[in-house]
Amino acid sequence: MVSLYARLAWTWTRAAAAYPASFALMTVLGIITTTLDVAVILIVFANTTTLAGFSRDEVLFLYGAAGVSFALCDLLVSNIDRVSQHIKAGTFDTFLIRPVSSWLQLTTDRFNPNRLGRVLQAVLVLGYAVAVLDLEGRRLWMIPVMVVTGFVIFAALWTLVGAAQFLLTDAPELGNAFTYGGQQLTQYPLAVYARDLVKGVTYVLPMAFVNWQPGLYVLGRDDPFGTPEFMRFLGPAAALALVLAAGLAWRQGIRHYRSTGS
Amino acid sequence: MIELDRAGRSFKVRRSLVHAVRDLSFTIAPGEFVGYLGPNGAGKSTTIKMLCGILTPTSGTVRVAGLEPSRRRTTLARRIGVVFGQRTTLWWDLPLADSFELIRHLYKVDRNTFRTRLDELTTTLDLGSFIRTPVRQLSLGQRMRGDLAAALLHAPDVLVLDEPTIGLDVVSKAGIRDFLKRLNAERGTTVLLTTHDLGDIERLCRRVMLIDHGQLAFDGTLGDLMATAPDQSDIEEVVSRLYTGSGTA
Repeated sequence: MVSLYARLAWTWTRAAAAYPASFALMTVLGIITTTLDVAVILIVFANTTTLAGFSRDEVLFLYGAAGVSFALCDLLVSNIDRVSQHIKAGTFDTFLIRPVSSWLQLTTDRFNPNRLGRVLQAVLVLGYAVAVLDLEGRRLWMIPVMVVTGFVIFAALWTLVGAAQFLLTDAPELGNAFTYGGQQLTQYPLAVYARDLVKGVTYVLPMAFVNWQPGLYVLGRDDPFGTPEFMRFLGPAAALALVLAAGLAWRQGIRHYRSTGS
Repeated sequence: MIELDRAGRSFKVRRSLVHAVRDLSFTIAPGEFVGYLGPNGAGKSTTIKMLCGILTPTSGTVRVAGLEPSRRRTTLARRIGVVFGQRTTLWWDLPLADSFELIRHLYKVDRNTFRTRLDELTTTLDLGSFIRTPVRQLSLGQRMRGDLAAALLHAPDVLVLDEPTIGLDVVSKAGIRDFLKRLNAERGTTVLLTTHDLGDIERLCRRVMLIDHGQLAFDGTLGDLMATAPDQSDIEEVVSRLYTGSGTA
């Protein structure tokens, strides 16, 4: 599956290289927009020393960790949210006549490596935060776990959004509220948000497990909302539950696909 | 090779149920070359999409090469070749050769078999002059030959063609027809072809099926088809009479 993914991604990379100007422009734009995110955090901390009890470097840590997960997903999985475009253009049929899973074909569809810039930016921020924060060595194992968990959660979320487009062909933007909205949410410590919202993203849509709950463990902090310690370790379970839901939704979506005329 | 038993597919359109295909039953044996006719909106494409597993039937059963297409879609894909005349399955910005190479990997065809088949297809479909050209720059006739080759690289037992000659000039049409005829005769590939070009039917199909309003209106040999209107010798006239005849029935 990995080699097939790489093969498809490489094919689309060469296709993207047919339009070099667009490629260069998108890469530069990607780097500018993500750099602006960091600039906002730095501006906030030019005026205050803590945000909801978190220092600048702690916020950068949370931002960087979620950023790596999100940017990887944006690079590797996000193309799946073009389901409705393909349905409307009548090009979705093509994915279903090949002996390869439609999910794999959709996630690599028009794969574009220009999003690598964002991954790099997030890795730099995370690396910086880990270097300057005085983190306890015994807690560091959680960092790779949380990045992978976050990636899986975002990937499942994107798959759900793609699957929903089989029904909501005319409202594909609705999904962005969850994917890009989820990214916006995880950029800051959840402590800055209202209690009910945080409950929602903990127990309903598990965005709190992308970086917040495991991040609290790495930083050695208690949850300002008072959730018990064991919650810090529930990320992988939450991610797995979301993956199962997404897989089921995707299958149902394909089964209910109606194709287009002619 | 292809078996439909009271297969149906309905769509909900604004609360009312539209039956695109209803109670459709037919069998196509291995090696047959069947023309599938019907006026626009009769259910031809819906049938074809059920055969490749793109659409799940809402009633009855469909079997292709012994498999239920909607449940075993990816397994079936290795045994069936599909060409949609209206849209390409190739990669728009890539040279034809790169599309073929990717297809080799998707279908897991080993390198030597692939080389032999590609050489053969390059000769018979005369792809040599444009195999390095990006698909978006190909003429319709060239693209169609490319699509045909792409659908055959994995040597499928069944080939399903949805209007493969649409928009082609007479020379390109003749080339495609010759190729299909030989494919069916020499390799024994089962072919199901939909078309509005009755020349395709006359030159290629021993058997003709005609669908109208989602149901089979005629199934027989080309001779049987002509015999439905003994006073007519022009196939266009015969078929248009069948279309309107079943339309008022």
